[in-house]
Amino acid sequence: MAESFHSVRLIASRCKGCVNCTKRCPTEAIRIRGGKAQIIESRCIDCGECIRRCSSHAKTAVTDSLWDLARYKINIALPAPTLYAQFAVEISIETILGGLLRLGFDEVFEVAKGAEILSLPIKEYLSSKDTKKPAISSACPAVVRLIQVKFPELIENLVPIDAPVEVAARVARAEYSKKHHLHADEVGVWFITPCPAKMTACKQPLGLEKSNITGAIAISQIYGDLLKVLSQVNAKADYNAASWIGIGWAIAGGETAEIEDVKKLVVHEINNVSNVLEQVSIGKLNDIDYIETLACAGGCIGGPLTVENRFVAETRMKQRMQKLKNEYQSAEDSLYRDYYHDVSEVNERRVIEPRPLMLLDENIFKAMDKVELIEITLKSLPGLDCGSCGSPNCKALAEDIVQGRASETDCLFKLRERVRDLAQEMIGLAEKLPPPLDKESAEE
Amino acid sequence: MSTGQEIILEYELKASNFEVAGEAASKTKRVLQQIGVPVDVIRRIAISAYEGEMNTIIHSLGGIMRVVIFPDRTDLIFEDQGPGIADINLAMQEGYSTAPDYVREMGFGAGMGLPNMVRCTDKFDIQSELGVGTKIRMTVFH
Repeated sequence: MAESFHSVRLIASRCKGCVNCTKRCPTEAIRIRGGKAQIIESRCIDCGECIRRCSSHAKTAVTDSLWDLARYKINIALPAPTLYAQFAVEISIETILGGLLRLGFDEVFEVAKGAEILSLPIKEYLSSKDTKKPAISSACPAVVRLIQVKFPELIENLVPIDAPVEVAARVARAEYSKKHHLHADEVGVWFITPCPAKMTACKQPLGLEKSNITGAIAISQIYGDLLKVLSQVNAKADYNAASWIGIGWAIAGGETAEIEDVKKLVVHEINNVSNVLEQVSIGKLNDIDYIETLACAGGCIGGPLTVENRFVAETRMKQRMQKLKNEYQSAEDSLYRDYYHDVSEVNERRVIEPRPLMLLDENIFKAMDKVELIEITLKSLPGLDCGSCGSPNCKALAEDIVQGRASETDCLFKLRERVRDLAQEMIGLAEKLPPPLDKESAEE
Repeated sequence: MSTGQEIILEYELKASNFEVAGEAASKTKRVLQQIGVPVDVIRRIAISAYEGEMNTIIHSLGGIMRVVIFPDRTDLIFEDQGPGIADINLAMQEGYSTAPDYVREMGFGAGMGLPNMVRCTDKFDIQSELGVGTKIRMTVFH
Protein backbone atom coordinates (compact mmCIF):
# COMPACT_ATOMS: atom_id res chain seq x y z
CA MET A 1 0.00 0.00 0.00
CA ALA A 2 1.06 3.56 -0.64
CA GLU A 3 2.83 5.14 2.30
CA SER A 4 0.49 8.09 2.18
CA PHE A 5 -2.88 6.37 2.49
CA HIS A 6 -5.37 8.45 4.43
CA SER A 7 -8.94 7.52 5.16
CA VAL A 8 -10.05 11.08 5.86
CA ARG A 9 -10.81 12.90 2.61
CA LEU A 10 -12.48 16.07 1.40
CA ILE A 11 -15.60 16.20 -0.75
CA ALA A 12 -14.63 19.42 -2.52
CA SER A 13 -18.10 20.19 -3.88
CA ARG A 14 -19.51 20.40 -0.33
CA CYS A 15 -16.69 22.47 1.17
CA LYS A 16 -17.61 26.12 1.68
CA GLY A 17 -14.10 27.10 2.65
CA CYS A 18 -15.06 28.05 6.21
CA VAL A 19 -12.24 27.72 8.73
CA ASN A 20 -13.86 25.51 11.36
CA CYS A 21 -11.90 22.38 10.53
CA THR A 22 -8.55 24.21 10.37
CA LYS A 23 -9.00 25.46 13.90
CA ARG A 24 -9.95 22.14 15.45
CA CYS A 25 -7.31 19.96 13.81
CA PRO A 26 -4.93 18.76 16.57
CA THR A 27 -1.92 18.73 14.24
CA GLU A 28 -2.80 21.90 12.27
CA ALA A 29 -2.95 19.78 9.13
CA ILE A 30 -5.60 21.77 7.24
CA ARG A 31 -5.28 24.96 5.20
CA ILE A 32 -7.90 26.71 3.07
CA ARG A 33 -6.59 27.18 -0.45
CA GLY A 34 -8.61 28.16 -3.50
CA GLY A 35 -11.72 28.35 -1.34
CA LYS A 36 -11.49 24.72 -0.27
CA ALA A 37 -9.98 22.87 2.65
CA GLN A 38 -6.72 21.12 1.87
CA ILE A 39 -5.34 18.36 4.06
CA ILE A 40 -1.56 18.29 4.43
CA GLU A 41 -1.09 14.54 4.29
CA SER A 42 2.18 14.35 6.18
CA ARG A 43 0.51 15.98 9.18
CA CYS A 44 -2.84 14.17 9.12
CA ILE A 45 -3.30 11.51 11.81
CA ASP A 46 -6.77 10.42 10.61
CA CYS A 47 -8.38 11.18 13.96
CA GLY A 48 -11.55 12.35 12.21
CA GLU A 49 -11.92 15.49 14.31
CA CYS A 50 -12.59 17.46 11.08
CA ILE A 51 -15.37 15.05 10.10
CA ARG A 52 -17.06 15.84 13.39
CA ARG A 53 -16.61 19.60 13.06
CA CYS A 54 -17.70 20.11 9.46
CA SER A 55 -21.29 21.35 9.34
CA SER A 56 -21.33 20.97 5.54
CA HIS A 57 -20.39 17.28 5.83
CA ALA A 58 -17.55 17.91 3.41
CA LYS A 59 -15.15 15.65 5.27
CA THR A 60 -15.57 11.97 4.87
CA ALA A 61 -13.81 8.72 5.60
CA VAL A 62 -13.04 6.29 2.83
CA THR A 63 -13.92 2.79 3.94
CA ASP A 64 -14.73 -0.42 2.10
CA SER A 65 -18.26 -1.65 1.39
CA LEU A 66 -20.21 -4.90 1.42
CA TRP A 67 -19.63 -5.13 -2.35
CA ASP A 68 -15.98 -5.90 -1.68
CA LEU A 69 -16.94 -9.20 -0.05
CA ALA A 70 -17.41 -10.80 -3.47
CA ARG A 71 -13.65 -10.89 -3.95
CA TYR A 72 -13.13 -13.60 -1.32
CA LYS A 73 -14.33 -17.16 -0.87
CA ILE A 74 -15.04 -16.71 2.80
CA ASN A 75 -15.61 -13.45 4.66
CA ILE A 76 -15.18 -12.85 8.37
CA ALA A 77 -16.70 -9.84 10.13
CA LEU A 78 -14.72 -8.36 13.02
CA PRO A 79 -17.20 -6.10 14.80
CA ALA A 80 -15.77 -3.45 17.14
CA PRO A 81 -17.58 -3.67 20.50
CA THR A 82 -18.82 -0.14 19.78
CA LEU A 83 -21.21 -1.69 17.23
CA TYR A 84 -23.26 -3.20 20.09
CA ALA A 85 -23.82 0.26 21.60
CA GLN A 86 -25.62 1.39 18.44
CA PHE A 87 -28.56 -0.86 19.34
CA ALA A 88 -30.86 -1.02 22.37
CA VAL A 89 -29.70 -3.49 25.02
CA GLU A 90 -32.81 -5.62 24.39
CA ILE A 91 -31.18 -6.64 21.12
CA SER A 92 -28.60 -9.19 22.19
CA ILE A 93 -25.02 -9.28 20.95
CA GLU A 94 -25.82 -12.68 19.48
CA THR A 95 -28.62 -11.16 17.40
CA ILE A 96 -26.37 -8.35 16.15
CA LEU A 97 -23.73 -10.88 15.13
CA GLY A 98 -26.45 -12.98 13.48
CA GLY A 99 -27.43 -9.85 11.54
CA LEU A 100 -23.89 -9.53 10.21
CA LEU A 101 -24.14 -13.11 8.88
CA ARG A 102 -27.35 -12.20 7.09
CA LEU A 103 -25.59 -9.30 5.42
CA GLY A 104 -23.25 -11.72 3.69
CA PHE A 105 -20.49 -12.54 6.14
CA ASP A 106 -19.73 -16.23 6.65
CA GLU A 107 -18.18 -15.96 10.08
CA VAL A 108 -17.95 -13.45 12.92
CA PHE A 109 -15.14 -12.89 15.39
CA GLU A 110 -15.48 -10.24 18.06
CA VAL A 111 -12.74 -7.61 18.31
CA ALA A 112 -13.60 -7.66 22.02
CA LYS A 113 -12.09 -11.14 22.05
CA GLY A 114 -8.87 -9.70 20.69
CA ALA A 115 -8.93 -7.09 23.47
CA GLU A 116 -9.42 -9.79 26.04
CA ILE A 117 -6.49 -11.80 24.73
CA LEU A 118 -4.33 -8.70 25.10
CA SER A 119 -5.18 -8.09 28.74
CA LEU A 120 -2.59 -10.56 29.97
CA PRO A 121 0.42 -9.47 27.87
CA ILE A 122 -0.30 -5.84 28.77
CA LYS A 123 -0.32 -6.69 32.47
CA GLU A 124 2.94 -8.58 32.08
CA TYR A 125 4.50 -5.70 30.18
CA LEU A 126 3.49 -3.23 32.89
CA SER A 127 5.00 -5.37 35.64
CA SER A 128 8.33 -5.68 33.84
CA LYS A 129 11.21 -3.66 35.27
CA ASP A 130 12.42 -2.51 31.86
CA THR A 131 9.15 -0.80 31.01
CA LYS A 132 9.53 2.90 30.29
CA LYS A 133 7.12 4.75 32.58
CA PRO A 134 4.57 6.10 32.17
CA ALA A 135 3.66 3.45 29.60
CA ILE A 136 1.22 4.78 27.02
CA SER A 137 -1.51 2.63 25.50
CA SER A 138 -1.05 1.92 21.80
CA ALA A 139 -4.59 0.65 21.15
CA CYS A 140 -5.82 3.88 19.52
CA PRO A 141 -4.06 4.37 16.15
CA ALA A 142 -4.82 8.11 16.10
CA VAL A 143 -2.93 8.53 19.37
CA VAL A 144 0.00 6.47 18.06
CA ARG A 145 0.17 8.75 15.02
CA LEU A 146 -0.16 11.86 17.18
CA ILE A 147 2.93 10.66 19.06
CA GLN A 148 4.77 9.98 15.78
CA VAL A 149 4.24 13.52 14.51
CA LYS A 150 4.10 15.65 17.64
CA PHE A 151 5.79 13.71 20.44
CA PRO A 152 8.42 11.48 18.81
CA GLU A 153 10.34 11.47 22.11
CA LEU A 154 7.49 9.42 23.63
CA ILE A 155 7.57 6.56 21.10
CA GLU A 156 9.55 4.49 23.58
CA ASN A 157 6.74 4.90 26.12
CA LEU A 158 4.20 3.25 23.80
CA VAL A 159 3.22 -0.27 24.81
CA PRO A 160 4.82 -2.43 22.08
CA ILE A 161 1.78 -4.67 21.72
CA ASP A 162 -0.66 -4.74 18.81
CA ALA A 163 -4.15 -3.26 18.88
CA PRO A 164 -7.09 -5.61 19.65
CA VAL A 165 -8.38 -5.61 16.07
CA GLU A 166 -5.00 -6.75 14.73
CA VAL A 167 -4.89 -9.60 17.24
CA ALA A 168 -8.48 -10.56 16.44
CA ALA A 169 -7.72 -10.53 12.71
CA ARG A 170 -4.67 -12.75 13.12
CA VAL A 171 -6.52 -15.35 15.19
CA ALA A 172 -9.66 -15.22 13.01
CA ARG A 173 -7.78 -15.55 9.73
CA ALA A 174 -5.79 -18.52 11.02
CA GLU A 175 -8.76 -20.30 12.57
CA TYR A 176 -11.24 -19.90 9.76
CA SER A 177 -8.91 -20.58 6.86
CA LYS A 178 -8.15 -23.88 8.60
CA LYS A 179 -11.81 -24.60 9.27
CA HIS A 180 -12.82 -23.97 5.64
CA HIS A 181 -9.69 -25.58 4.16
CA LEU A 182 -8.71 -22.42 2.35
CA HIS A 183 -5.46 -20.58 1.79
CA ALA A 184 -5.22 -17.58 4.12
CA ASP A 185 -5.34 -15.27 1.07
CA GLU A 186 -8.76 -16.55 0.09
CA VAL A 187 -10.29 -15.27 3.32
CA GLY A 188 -11.56 -11.70 3.63
CA VAL A 189 -11.25 -10.24 7.13
CA TRP A 190 -13.36 -7.11 7.57
CA PHE A 191 -13.26 -4.78 10.50
CA ILE A 192 -16.55 -3.03 11.32
CA THR A 193 -15.00 0.25 12.42
CA PRO A 194 -16.10 3.25 14.49
CA CYS A 195 -13.35 5.52 13.13
CA PRO A 196 -11.17 6.41 10.13
CA ALA A 197 -7.99 6.05 12.19
CA LYS A 198 -8.50 2.29 12.27
CA MET A 199 -9.37 2.22 8.58
CA THR A 200 -6.01 3.83 7.85
CA ALA A 201 -4.32 1.38 10.21
CA CYS A 202 -5.53 -1.53 8.01
CA LYS A 203 -4.11 0.01 4.84
CA GLN A 204 -0.98 1.37 6.42
CA PRO A 205 -0.24 -0.68 9.52
CA LEU A 206 1.55 0.83 12.48
CA GLY A 207 4.52 -1.27 13.36
CA LEU A 208 3.43 -4.40 11.50
CA GLU A 209 4.83 -5.22 8.08
CA LYS A 210 1.44 -6.28 6.84
CA SER A 211 -1.95 -6.14 8.49
CA ASN A 212 -4.10 -9.25 8.75
CA ILE A 213 -7.16 -7.10 8.13
CA THR A 214 -8.41 -7.06 4.54
CA GLY A 215 -10.40 -3.87 4.92
CA ALA A 216 -12.71 -1.85 7.10
CA ILE A 217 -16.39 -0.96 6.81
CA ALA A 218 -17.77 1.99 8.75
CA ILE A 219 -20.38 1.28 11.42
CA SER A 220 -22.36 4.22 10.03
CA GLN A 221 -22.31 2.63 6.58
CA ILE A 222 -23.51 -0.81 7.63
CA TYR A 223 -25.96 0.40 10.29
CA GLY A 224 -29.03 0.85 8.06
CA ASP A 225 -28.68 -2.56 6.41
CA LEU A 226 -28.07 -4.22 9.74
CA LEU A 227 -31.13 -2.61 11.31
CA LYS A 228 -33.30 -4.00 8.52
CA VAL A 229 -32.19 -7.60 8.93
CA LEU A 230 -32.13 -7.79 12.73
CA SER A 231 -35.79 -8.81 12.95
CA GLN A 232 -35.12 -11.70 10.55
CA VAL A 233 -32.27 -13.19 12.55
CA ASN A 234 -33.11 -16.69 13.66
CA ALA A 235 -29.98 -18.75 13.25
CA LYS A 236 -27.60 -18.17 16.12
CA ALA A 237 -24.12 -17.11 15.23
CA ASP A 238 -21.49 -19.66 16.06
CA TYR A 239 -18.82 -17.71 17.86
CA ASN A 240 -16.64 -17.64 20.90
CA ALA A 241 -18.26 -14.90 23.00
CA ALA A 242 -16.12 -12.21 24.58
CA SER A 243 -16.58 -11.32 28.23
CA TRP A 244 -17.29 -7.92 29.82
CA ILE A 245 -13.56 -7.22 29.92
CA GLY A 246 -13.18 -7.18 26.15
CA ILE A 247 -16.47 -5.42 25.48
CA GLY A 248 -15.48 -2.65 27.88
CA TRP A 249 -12.67 -1.44 25.61
CA ALA A 250 -15.31 0.50 23.66
CA ILE A 251 -15.56 3.07 26.45
CA ALA A 252 -12.90 5.22 28.08
CA GLY A 253 -11.51 3.40 31.11
CA GLY A 254 -12.42 -0.02 29.75
CA GLU A 255 -8.94 -0.98 28.73
CA THR A 256 -7.59 -0.42 32.23
CA ALA A 257 -10.71 -1.54 34.14
CA GLU A 258 -9.22 -4.91 34.88
CA ILE A 259 -5.64 -3.80 35.49
CA GLU A 260 -5.04 -3.38 39.18
CA ASP A 261 -2.08 -2.47 41.37
CA VAL A 262 -0.79 0.17 38.97
CA LYS A 263 -1.25 3.92 38.98
CA LYS A 264 -3.31 4.58 35.91
CA LEU A 265 -4.70 7.60 34.16
CA VAL A 266 -7.50 7.59 31.58
CA VAL A 267 -7.44 10.43 29.03
CA HIS A 268 -9.84 10.83 26.15
CA GLU A 269 -10.49 13.41 23.39
CA ILE A 270 -7.53 14.21 21.15
CA ASN A 271 -6.75 17.69 22.49
CA ASN A 272 -6.83 16.40 26.08
CA VAL A 273 -4.52 13.59 25.02
CA SER A 274 -2.18 16.10 23.41
CA ASN A 275 -2.06 18.20 26.60
CA VAL A 276 -1.28 15.20 28.79
CA LEU A 277 1.42 13.96 26.40
CA GLU A 278 2.96 17.45 26.53
CA GLN A 279 3.18 17.09 30.31
CA VAL A 280 4.76 13.65 30.06
CA SER A 281 7.33 14.99 27.60
CA ILE A 282 8.65 17.54 30.08
CA GLY A 283 8.95 14.97 32.84
CA LYS A 284 5.68 15.52 34.68
CA LEU A 285 3.45 12.54 35.56
CA ASN A 286 6.45 10.29 36.11
CA ASP A 287 4.70 8.71 39.08
CA ILE A 288 2.02 7.25 36.75
CA ASP A 289 2.51 3.69 35.47
CA TYR A 290 0.01 3.54 32.63
CA ILE A 291 -1.94 6.06 30.59
CA GLU A 292 -4.94 4.87 28.62
CA THR A 293 -5.25 7.34 25.77
CA LEU A 294 -8.18 7.57 23.38
CA ALA A 295 -8.58 10.10 20.57
CA CYS A 296 -12.37 10.29 20.78
CA ALA A 297 -14.32 11.83 23.64
CA GLY A 298 -15.81 8.99 25.68
CA GLY A 299 -13.65 6.40 23.91
CA CYS A 300 -14.44 4.46 20.72
CA ILE A 301 -18.17 4.91 21.26
CA GLY A 302 -17.54 8.57 20.43
CA GLY A 303 -15.97 7.63 17.09
CA PRO A 304 -16.81 9.83 14.09
CA LEU A 305 -18.20 6.84 12.14
CA THR A 306 -20.74 5.82 14.75
CA VAL A 307 -24.46 6.53 14.64
CA GLU A 308 -25.66 6.72 18.22
CA ASN A 309 -25.11 9.67 20.56
CA ARG A 310 -22.11 8.83 22.70
CA PHE A 311 -23.83 9.31 26.05
CA VAL A 312 -26.61 6.95 25.05
CA ALA A 313 -23.98 4.57 23.73
CA GLU A 314 -22.02 4.71 26.97
CA THR A 315 -25.06 3.84 29.07
CA ARG A 316 -25.90 0.92 26.80
CA MET A 317 -22.32 -0.32 26.88
CA LYS A 318 -22.27 -0.27 30.67
CA GLN A 319 -25.56 -2.16 30.80
CA ARG A 320 -24.24 -4.77 28.43
CA MET A 321 -21.06 -5.08 30.50
CA GLN A 322 -23.05 -5.52 33.70
CA LYS A 323 -25.14 -8.22 32.09
CA LEU A 324 -22.04 -10.08 30.91
CA LYS A 325 -20.38 -9.62 34.29
CA ASN A 326 -23.28 -11.49 35.91
CA GLU A 327 -22.83 -14.36 33.47
CA TYR A 328 -19.04 -14.25 33.62
CA GLN A 329 -17.27 -17.47 34.48
CA SER A 330 -13.61 -17.42 35.23
CA ALA A 331 -13.16 -20.75 33.45
CA GLU A 332 -12.51 -18.60 30.40
CA ASP A 333 -9.03 -17.89 31.66
CA SER A 334 -7.88 -20.97 29.84
CA LEU A 335 -8.91 -19.33 26.60
CA TYR A 336 -6.47 -16.49 27.06
CA ARG A 337 -3.76 -19.09 27.35
CA ASP A 338 -4.81 -20.79 24.11
CA TYR A 339 -4.16 -17.65 22.14
CA TYR A 340 -1.31 -16.39 24.18
CA HIS A 341 1.41 -17.75 21.94
CA ASP A 342 -0.13 -16.07 18.92
CA VAL A 343 -0.16 -12.78 20.73
CA SER A 344 3.35 -12.99 22.09
CA GLU A 345 4.62 -12.70 18.51
CA VAL A 346 3.51 -9.10 18.62
CA ASN A 347 6.52 -8.28 20.72
CA GLU A 348 8.54 -8.58 17.55
CA ARG A 349 6.55 -5.99 15.72
CA ARG A 350 8.30 -3.35 13.67
CA VAL A 351 9.54 -0.27 15.46
CA ILE A 352 7.21 2.72 15.16
CA GLU A 353 9.02 5.44 13.23
CA PRO A 354 8.96 9.08 14.24
CA ARG A 355 7.33 11.40 11.67
CA PRO A 356 8.27 14.78 13.16
CA LEU A 357 6.27 17.58 11.60
CA MET A 358 7.80 20.44 13.55
CA LEU A 359 11.15 20.41 11.73
CA LEU A 360 11.60 23.63 9.72
CA ASP A 361 14.68 22.66 7.74
CA GLU A 362 17.07 19.71 7.46
CA ASN A 363 19.92 22.16 7.91
CA ILE A 364 20.09 23.32 11.53
CA PHE A 365 21.53 26.74 10.62
CA LYS A 366 18.70 27.43 8.17
CA ALA A 367 16.18 26.09 10.67
CA MET A 368 17.50 28.48 13.33
CA ASP A 369 17.20 31.39 10.89
CA LYS A 370 13.63 30.34 10.22
CA VAL A 371 12.80 30.24 13.94
CA GLU A 372 13.90 33.88 14.21
CA LEU A 373 12.08 34.88 11.03
CA ILE A 374 8.87 33.24 12.27
CA GLU A 375 9.17 35.15 15.53
CA ILE A 376 9.62 38.48 13.68
CA THR A 377 6.77 37.70 11.26
CA LEU A 378 4.47 36.67 14.10
CA LYS A 379 5.04 39.99 15.86
CA SER A 380 3.87 41.86 12.75
CA LEU A 381 0.59 39.87 12.59
CA PRO A 382 -2.52 41.03 14.51
CA GLY A 383 -2.61 38.01 16.85
CA LEU A 384 -6.38 37.60 16.59
CA ASP A 385 -6.08 34.00 15.37
CA CYS A 386 -9.16 34.58 13.19
CA GLY A 387 -8.09 32.04 10.59
CA SER A 388 -9.36 34.12 7.64
CA CYS A 389 -5.99 33.70 5.93
CA GLY A 390 -6.67 29.97 5.63
CA SER A 391 -4.08 28.99 8.25
CA PRO A 392 -5.42 27.93 11.66
CA ASN A 393 -3.85 30.81 13.63
CA CYS A 394 -1.33 33.65 13.36
CA LYS A 395 1.58 31.45 14.45
CA ALA A 396 0.78 28.88 11.76
CA LEU A 397 0.52 31.68 9.18
CA ALA A 398 3.90 33.05 10.26
CA GLU A 399 5.36 29.58 9.75
CA ASP A 400 3.60 29.19 6.37
CA ILE A 401 4.96 32.59 5.23
CA VAL A 402 8.52 31.72 6.23
CA GLN A 403 8.21 28.32 4.55
CA GLY A 404 6.96 30.00 1.36
CA ARG A 405 3.50 28.50 1.56
CA ALA A 406 1.66 31.78 2.16
CA SER A 407 2.21 35.50 1.84
CA GLU A 408 1.82 38.31 4.33
CA THR A 409 -1.12 39.82 2.45
CA ASP A 410 -3.10 36.61 2.99
CA CYS A 411 -3.81 38.24 6.34
CA LEU A 412 -6.86 40.47 5.89
CA PHE A 413 -5.53 42.99 8.38
CA LYS A 414 -2.12 43.21 6.72
CA LEU A 415 -3.88 43.58 3.38
CA ARG A 416 -6.04 46.37 4.78
CA GLU A 417 -2.91 48.08 6.11
CA ARG A 418 -1.29 47.89 2.70
CA VAL A 419 -4.41 49.24 0.98
CA ARG A 420 -4.60 52.10 3.48
CA ASP A 421 -0.92 52.97 2.98
CA LEU A 422 -1.39 52.89 -0.77
CA ALA A 423 -4.53 55.03 -0.53
CA GLN A 424 -2.68 57.59 1.58
CA GLU A 425 0.14 57.65 -0.89
CA MET A 426 -2.37 58.18 -3.69
CA ILE A 427 -4.02 61.07 -1.88
CA GLY A 428 -0.60 62.56 -1.28
CA LEU A 429 0.19 62.20 -4.95
CA ALA A 430 -3.19 63.60 -5.99
CA GLU A 431 -2.56 66.74 -3.95
CA LYS A 432 0.71 67.38 -5.67
CA LEU A 433 0.51 70.04 -8.40
CA PRO A 434 2.80 70.66 -11.33
CA PRO A 435 5.03 73.73 -10.72
CA PRO A 436 3.12 76.08 -13.14
CA LEU A 437 -0.08 75.55 -11.10
CA ASP A 438 1.49 75.39 -7.64
CA LYS A 439 0.90 78.99 -6.60
CA GLU A 440 0.93 78.34 -2.85
CA SER A 441 4.57 77.35 -2.73
CA ALA A 442 5.47 80.37 -4.86
CA GLU A 443 3.99 82.76 -2.27
CA GLU A 444 6.17 81.27 0.44
CA MET B 1 31.32 24.98 16.43
CA SER B 2 31.15 28.72 16.67
CA THR B 3 29.12 30.55 14.08
CA GLY B 4 27.79 33.39 16.14
CA GLN B 5 24.31 32.03 15.51
CA GLU B 6 22.10 31.63 18.53
CA ILE B 7 18.46 31.79 19.60
CA ILE B 8 17.74 33.39 22.94
CA LEU B 9 14.51 32.74 24.81
CA GLU B 10 13.74 34.41 28.09
CA TYR B 11 10.91 33.72 30.51
CA GLU B 12 9.96 35.47 33.71
CA LEU B 13 9.13 33.09 36.55
CA LYS B 14 7.01 34.39 39.40
CA ALA B 15 7.05 32.86 42.88
CA SER B 16 4.16 30.43 43.51
CA ASN B 17 2.80 30.86 39.99
CA PHE B 18 1.91 27.20 39.54
CA GLU B 19 -0.69 27.72 36.80
CA VAL B 20 1.94 28.44 34.17
CA ALA B 21 4.55 25.95 35.41
CA GLY B 22 5.89 23.98 32.47
CA GLU B 23 5.05 26.56 29.81
CA ALA B 24 8.62 27.77 29.43
CA ALA B 25 9.86 24.18 29.17
CA SER B 26 7.18 23.38 26.55
CA LYS B 27 8.03 26.43 24.45
CA THR B 28 11.73 25.63 24.62
CA LYS B 29 10.97 22.08 23.53
CA ARG B 30 9.01 23.32 20.52
CA VAL B 31 11.89 25.45 19.24
CA LEU B 32 14.32 22.54 19.65
CA GLN B 33 11.94 20.35 17.64
CA GLN B 34 11.73 23.00 14.93
CA ILE B 35 15.49 23.04 14.43
CA GLY B 36 15.81 19.27 14.51
CA VAL B 37 17.72 18.55 17.72
CA PRO B 38 17.70 14.74 18.40
CA VAL B 39 14.64 13.66 20.40
CA ASP B 40 16.53 12.16 23.35
CA VAL B 41 18.52 15.39 23.71
CA ILE B 42 15.31 17.44 23.58
CA ARG B 43 13.86 15.28 26.30
CA ARG B 44 16.82 15.92 28.61
CA ILE B 45 16.69 19.66 27.99
CA ALA B 46 12.91 19.79 28.51
CA ILE B 47 13.11 17.87 31.79
CA SER B 48 15.95 20.08 33.10
CA ALA B 49 14.05 23.20 32.07
CA TYR B 50 10.89 22.02 33.81
CA GLU B 51 12.74 21.09 37.01
CA GLY B 52 14.43 24.48 37.04
CA GLU B 53 11.13 26.22 36.43
CA MET B 54 9.50 24.36 39.30
CA ASN B 55 12.43 25.09 41.63
CA THR B 56 12.22 28.81 40.90
CA ILE B 57 8.45 28.86 41.35
CA ILE B 58 8.49 26.83 44.58
CA HIS B 59 11.59 28.06 46.38
CA SER B 60 12.53 31.51 45.13
CA LEU B 61 11.11 34.99 45.34
CA GLY B 62 10.94 34.99 41.56
CA GLY B 63 13.46 34.94 38.77
CA ILE B 64 14.13 34.31 35.13
CA MET B 65 14.91 31.39 32.87
CA ARG B 66 17.11 32.12 29.90
CA VAL B 67 17.62 29.60 27.12
CA VAL B 68 20.43 30.09 24.65
CA ILE B 69 20.27 27.67 21.75
CA PHE B 70 23.40 27.19 19.64
CA PRO B 71 23.65 24.80 16.69
CA ASP B 72 25.66 22.35 18.82
CA ARG B 73 24.39 22.93 22.35
CA THR B 74 21.75 24.51 24.54
CA ASP B 75 22.48 26.52 27.66
CA LEU B 76 19.84 26.87 30.38
CA ILE B 77 20.34 29.66 32.87
CA PHE B 78 18.20 30.26 35.93
CA GLU B 79 18.66 33.36 38.05
CA ASP B 80 16.50 34.26 41.01
CA GLN B 81 16.27 37.11 43.49
CA GLY B 82 16.72 35.02 46.62
CA PRO B 83 16.51 33.85 49.29
CA GLY B 84 19.50 31.68 48.34
CA ILE B 85 20.49 28.18 49.47
CA ALA B 86 22.09 27.74 52.90
CA ASP B 87 23.93 24.49 52.17
CA ILE B 88 24.38 23.65 48.51
CA ASN B 89 25.89 20.20 49.17
CA LEU B 90 22.85 19.23 51.20
CA ALA B 91 20.50 20.63 48.54
CA MET B 92 22.21 18.51 45.89
CA GLN B 93 21.46 15.27 47.75
CA GLU B 94 18.71 13.07 46.38
CA GLY B 95 15.62 13.19 48.55
CA TYR B 96 16.63 16.33 50.43
CA SER B 97 13.97 18.99 50.21
CA THR B 98 12.97 22.17 51.96
CA ALA B 99 9.66 22.35 50.15
CA PRO B 100 6.74 23.25 52.44
CA ASP B 101 3.97 20.69 53.08
CA TYR B 102 1.42 22.29 50.75
CA VAL B 103 3.88 21.88 47.88
CA ARG B 104 4.58 18.23 48.76
CA GLU B 105 0.87 17.55 48.89
CA MET B 106 0.72 18.63 45.26
CA GLY B 107 3.27 15.94 44.43
CA PHE B 108 6.26 18.26 44.10
CA GLY B 109 9.23 18.78 46.37
CA ALA B 110 10.46 15.19 46.43
CA GLY B 111 14.04 16.39 46.60
CA MET B 112 14.82 15.15 43.10
CA GLY B 113 14.89 18.47 41.26
CA LEU B 114 18.59 19.34 41.40
CA PRO B 115 19.84 15.71 41.12
CA ASN B 116 17.57 15.29 38.08
CA MET B 117 19.04 18.39 36.48
CA VAL B 118 22.58 17.09 37.07
CA ARG B 119 21.64 13.73 35.55
CA CYS B 120 20.07 15.24 32.42
CA THR B 121 22.75 17.80 31.59
CA ASP B 122 26.37 17.65 30.42
CA LYS B 123 27.52 20.63 32.48
CA PHE B 124 25.96 21.86 35.67
CA ASP B 125 27.03 24.78 37.80
CA ILE B 126 25.26 26.25 40.81
CA GLN B 127 26.12 29.34 42.78
CA SER B 128 24.12 30.66 45.66
CA GLU B 129 24.39 33.29 48.33
CA LEU B 130 21.99 33.67 51.21
CA GLY B 131 20.02 36.87 50.98
CA VAL B 132 21.13 37.41 47.39
CA GLY B 133 19.95 34.58 45.19
CA THR B 134 20.80 31.45 43.24
CA LYS B 135 22.23 31.08 39.75
CA ILE B 136 22.20 27.78 37.90
CA ARG B 137 23.88 27.31 34.57
CA MET B 138 23.46 24.08 32.61
CA THR B 139 24.66 22.94 29.20
CA VAL B 140 23.38 20.08 27.09
CA PHE B 141 25.30 19.19 23.92
CA HIS B 142 23.15 18.28 20.92
